[in-house]
Amino acid sequence: MQMPEPNASVLARKDRVVARLREALSAAAVISDPAETRAYECDALTAYKCAPMAAVLPASTQEVSAALRICHEEGVPVVPRGAGTSLAGGSLPTADSVVLGVSRMTEVLETNYPDRYIRVQTGMTNLSVTGAVEEADFFYAPDPSSQLACAISGNIAMNSGGAHCLKYGVTTNNLLGVTLVQMDGTVVEIGGAHLDAGGLDLLGVICGSEGQLGVVTEATLRILRKPEGARPVLIGFDANETAGACVSDIIRAGILPVAIEFMDRPCIEACEAFAKAGYPMCEALLIVEVEGSEGEIADQLTRIVAIAEQHKPVALREAGDADEAARIWLGRKSAFGAMGQINDYMCLDGTIPVSALPEVLRRMGDLSAEYGLGVANVFHAGDGNMHPLILYNANTPGQLELCEALGAEILKLCVEVGGCLTGEHGVGVEKRDLMLHQYAPEDLDAQMAVKDVFDPAWLLNPAKVFPLAQSEARRVAAE
Amino acid sequence: MKPGNEAELAELVAGAAGPLRIMGGGTRDVGRPVDGTALSTAGLTGATLYEPGALTLVVRAGTPLAEVETVLAGEGQRLAFEPMDHRALLGTTGAPTIGGAVAANVSGPRRVQAGACRDFLLGVRFVDGQGRVIKNGGRVMKNVTGYDVVKLMAGSWGTLGVLTELSFKVLAIPETEMTLVARGLSDADGVALLSTALGSPFDVTGAAHLGQGVVEGGARTQVRIEGLAASVAYRRDRLTALLPGVEAVEGADSAALWREVRDVDPFAGQPGSVWKVSVRPSDGPVLCARLGTLVTGAIYDWGGGLVWLRGPEAGDGGASRIRAEVATLGGHATLVRGPEALRRQVPVFPPETAGVATLTAGLQAKYDPRGVLNPGLMG
Repeated sequence: MQMPEPNASVLARKDRVVARLREALSAAAVISDPAETRAYECDALTAYKCAPMAAVLPASTQEVSAALRICHEEGVPVVPRGAGTSLAGGSLPTADSVVLGVSRMTEVLETNYPDRYIRVQTGMTNLSVTGAVEEADFFYAPDPSSQLACAISGNIAMNSGGAHCLKYGVTTNNLLGVTLVQMDGTVVEIGGAHLDAGGLDLLGVICGSEGQLGVVTEATLRILRKPEGARPVLIGFDANETAGACVSDIIRAGILPVAIEFMDRPCIEACEAFAKAGYPMCEALLIVEVEGSEGEIADQLTRIVAIAEQHKPVALREAGDADEAARIWLGRKSAFGAMGQINDYMCLDGTIPVSALPEVLRRMGDLSAEYGLGVANVFHAGDGNMHPLILYNANTPGQLELCEALGAEILKLCVEVGGCLTGEHGVGVEKRDLMLHQYAPEDLDAQMAVKDVFDPAWLLNPAKVFPLAQSEARRVAAE
Repeated sequence: MKPGNEAELAELVAGAAGPLRIMGGGTRDVGRPVDGTALSTAGLTGATLYEPGALTLVVRAGTPLAEVETVLAGEGQRLAFEPMDHRALLGTTGAPTIGGAVAANVSGPRRVQAGACRDFLLGVRFVDGQGRVIKNGGRVMKNVTGYDVVKLMAGSWGTLGVLTELSFKVLAIPETEMTLVARGLSDADGVALLSTALGSPFDVTGAAHLGQGVVEGGARTQVRIEGLAASVAYRRDRLTALLPGVEAVEGADSAALWREVRDVDPFAGQPGSVWKVSVRPSDGPVLCARLGTLVTGAIYDWGGGLVWLRGPEAGDGGASRIRAEVATLGGHATLVRGPEALRRQVPVFPPETAGVATLTAGLQAKYDPRGVLNPGLMG
């Protein structure tokens, strides 16, 4: 992974930059000892590591603004960081950067049930937002699987999704307003507790911009009343194609489940060995979950089962109660842990049109054989967001590179069939160099023009999203 | 000018010597009037891909909205964001296009539950101010590959680019719809009822209140539920117990109630300026109470968060007072209907704070450096 050469003159000014940051924040909020900055050397994409020059942990929007203004004046790149759970290297530092973490900003600022929103500081974890409104039976809908740990700031930066976004949408569909601090310290309020922009939809482009347009310190989020109940059904098939066709038929029938999860045989076997959820051994499993009252759930499940039966399932298990529901989810929820037990793995995140599912699974199998690395699939089938897990051994020299090459081939396949490189994890550094497979240079130019406007100095979250060669002219011009 | 394909359109924009007035069907005459050569996308028509099993439709921007809806209905599907038809309200004629609906980001009553037009837009192709063809997003439901320029294009009224092709997530038409109607409530009580309904677990897909004097028979408060027949019946019973005094209206009669709200029908053919105000739902009635006799009617959609106001036509059309009150509450106000002279006199779109205005101007300068795309339309 190529990263830009650290700026020697920035490194030479480290002491002055750190002193200025300490003066503006507090000594405790600025970390510059190399033994301590190592804690920020990577996120959940641990294959790449680089300790930053310093890290700052501001406690308020004003402190974020002060820190950014100083870095801007000193020409120091800034890497915004939420909880550091990015799987794409979204908060990988450069050696000449200051990591700006929002982990100390975890306050609920306002909760309003009649108007159905909550305003929070963005260091709050995803799950704690739901935790803050549970007393009134409300919840915050986007539910990435890292929701116990991941921060709202990172959710906004990556436009995170989750298992239930088939019904509730992803972060951008549930975000009403933000306080954004630009690289030069300017604080702007975008949106609010009301719906939709009056002018250009700046909120829409800020969400998912991977921390490259500004640091979001506060957010107004839509909250929803919890459904009365939810229940899954487990359906097994003897071929991936059949499972794919069943997904399509369920969707066409006009039933909108909250989640349709798909697991293939390698994944089923690993999960079963790990979690012993009692899954049937077959080629493909679907977990379809519906919501509502008891009667509504029964009605929807009856229809789903009728559709599934036309595809001759080899197994079909309806959850009769909460216990059985938990057992059905147990294997799926432990999938990543189960994989981790048997191997190192790399988790991909491409999205494909649902109709291309059988073809993609077949060709992925061919690629897996060609590269000699196992691939297990567990993913959100309703919206085509795949999570192929490539199994490799990190201790075997050359396997990481082989794994990355196979990953790139699989993502290119996703694009080829009409999909995209990443459905919910973000580009980060991981998929940066694949961007030209999805977009033409002028398409990337139109995206980079947005960064030119928000961060003309090109200092925020360097070397992410855009291939370095594509952004070079702009970065040089900005210096 | 009415190019027949994207390449021709790109050439026309690249070669434009002066301002262009970008239009679809010409039915949404909103914004500061643009003095320029008309450039219509109505020649770019037809669906390029429709996969009902993937809930995906890709369609050229000039395709009439009615045609899109017919194609979808053939498969039992629809555009869930319920785009408004501006013709009656604005007194325009012609065929609204899908591109126009996106350029205006028009979202109907289902906005509160399903989302806005921009939430269903998966991808765009457009021609920027220099005549370059740009694509962003795609045709899949989950996509975070690069910046979301798709959102930026929705609601940009042709000022950042001329839309040529759009991909949408579509949804199934539910088996049943039903509306629960209450009569004679004050604005505050009406919106409180809507908040109760939207705060219930019963998946309300429309929540509107038409204030006193707007429709015959006194104020009308309405809540919509949609879905499988048994489910709608169940939720009707639960909501009826929760919301005092409501009565159920079914089928076509229910649909008519929502078309009326979606298109702001009660203000069609009535004199006065028409404002679209976005505030916190519970602030809607507060705003109207403060404005007093300045407004002669209010229709609350989106649970109270979208307020259609009929104001004066004279003077500044109510701009300064409406905007001053909205500013104290938080939100924004757009002058959707007003005579040309008024639309040249007062900002049609909400004035922006200095920070936001800098960003907006910066984006417009990047996407349309020569200032040829609907210049000045958004103020």
